Formats: sequence, structure tokens, C-alpha cells
Amino acid sequence: MNFSVLQFPASNCDQDAVHAVRLLGHSAKLVWHKDASLGETDCVIVPGGFSYGDYLRCGAIARFSPVMRAVKQFADNGGLVLGVCNGFQVLTEAGLLPGALIRNRDLQFHCENIFLKTATNDSPFTSRIPAGKILRVPIAHGEGCYFADEETLARLKANNQILWQYCDATGNLTDTANPNGALLNIAGICNEKRNVAGLMPHPERACEPLLGSDDGKWIFESIFAALKNKTVAAEA
Amino acid sequence: MKAKIIITPKKAVLDPQGKTVQTALEHMGYTGVTGVHIGKYIEIDLAPGTDKAAASKALNDAAHKLFSNPVIEDYKLEIE
Repeated sequence: MNFSVLQFPASNCDQDAVHAVRLLGHSAKLVWHKDASLGETDCVIVPGGFSYGDYLRCGAIARFSPVMRAVKQFADNGGLVLGVCNGFQVLTEAGLLPGALIRNRDLQFHCENIFLKTATNDSPFTSRIPAGKILRVPIAHGEGCYFADEETLARLKANNQILWQYCDATGNLTDTANPNGALLNIAGICNEKRNVAGLMPHPERACEPLLGSDDGKWIFESIFAALKNKTVAAEA
Repeated sequence: MKAKIIITPKKAVLDPQGKTVQTALEHMGYTGVTGVHIGKYIEIDLAPGTDKAAASKALNDAAHKLFSNPVIEDYKLEIE
């Protein structure tokens, strides 16, 4: 499978994403933000970082990069898009995902390992995560507090669009386990069509035991499986 | 000519900066403060003689797309 990892000025998790995909046995290439096309691509990763210095709002400028038009078209055609951290912020600013990410409630930048509960296996990003498995992955953000109005939250719940929630080590969705004040402990969501997802934690930084956890690989394995099913379906 | 845009967080959105400043004001002994909301102020220089109505239309459009995020922020535009 071919992954395209976007590269904006001040992206800083782009190489980590490329490394994780290659480590797990697939191809990944970087796509510069000024490129108008993605090239041969099965999945797009919008990586973490501080695109355009987080000026104005996180992700506000990046969404107007030429490459984002190609990403929108790719997503509209059903392509899989995963936004991590700043990439999640870019996708909400671009209107590809609902809601917004605002300043952490304690105004602190949080750089730590957290626990994630997978709210549903019904998505290309979560299907292979073992039932009941609590993922231990790092976060590193100052603006990760998920916000959406009540109507949007109700829609997210009704459509099963909440994919990951912050929890404690045993899977309880407590307020103390919530590092940033996100509504409903939301760490990641997907769109209604379920082909675009974003999350604040960094699965690409947790794909090998050397890094302290390889739980992040389950998210990538889910994407690989979804892409494989798609190929089989297309060939059939 | 100048355009001035004031962006404020929507009432329903958590504003931890505003809350922290409000607490600081209380600690300093200022009374009667019932809320502090921290936003942004953007000043835009326009060429002299710019048509005000056209500029207002264009800047409102830009305010929706770029200057503010309608999910979390409100804005006010003034041209003078």
C-alpha cells in the first residue's frame, strides 16, 4: 500500500509517520504542501507539528495549501485520510471533520503517555484493534481540547463517529484521565462517511516496543486491512 | 483606510485564558468582574479610496473562511 504523508512548513511528525508505515511493511512518501497532486496514493496522513507556526489558529493556514485541494478531492472520492495531532486540527479547519480543537483547559502543553479506549471497531481506522484493548500512546499538544456544539455532538454519537476516548488504565472514561478537557473525553473522531479520521494522540510514535509501546500499530493495521479489502473488492 | 476585526470566543466555548485572567483580577482585589473573554484583534490596511461596501463583503467572506473559525469564534468587522 502507498501512503502519502503531507509536509507543511513546521510539520514535525512527518518523518515519524513515514517511518511507522515503512516499519509495518508498506510504502510511504512525503508530499510537499505546494504540490497540487498526491500521486499514487492509497491513504493520506496529515501529520503532527505546528504547520505555519500555528499562526492565527492551529491548522488555519495549512488548510489553504494547494495540496489540501487534492486531499479534499481524494476524501470526496472515498480515499482514507488520517490526521494526527496538528493534522486533526488541519482536517477540522478544512471542514473535512466536524468540531474544533481549542486550548487545553489547563493552558499547559501536555507531553505524556495516555490511555485510549476505542469506542467502535466499525471504521477503517479501528477495525483491527483487539476488543477491549486499551491503547497506550503519547500525546504532545497545547490545543487538543475537542469542542463541538451540542447538535454536532449528538450527531457524532448517533452516527458512531467517536472513535477514541481518553480513559484510565482500565478503560474508565474519567475526568482525571482527560488531559485537555475534550468534550466526552474525545480523542479522535471520523466523518459521517467514515473514510476521514483525526486524533490528537500519536499512534505513529508508538509502533515499536523500543519506543515504550507498540499499541499505535493497531490503528495502522486497521488501515492496511481496510485498504486490502478495498483492493480485493475492486478486483472481484 | 483600515479594517478592524475583533474575534472573540463563542459563549459556549471554554475560555481558560479568560478564566485565568478573571481569577488574577480577583486576586488583585478588583471587584465586580463577572467575565473575561480573550480574543484577537486584526488590523488590515486598505488602499485609499477602496469601495467600502465591496471591502466589507470581501472581508466578511475572509473572516468566515480564515480570520475566524465559526465553530468556536464570533467576529465583528469595522471599516474606517
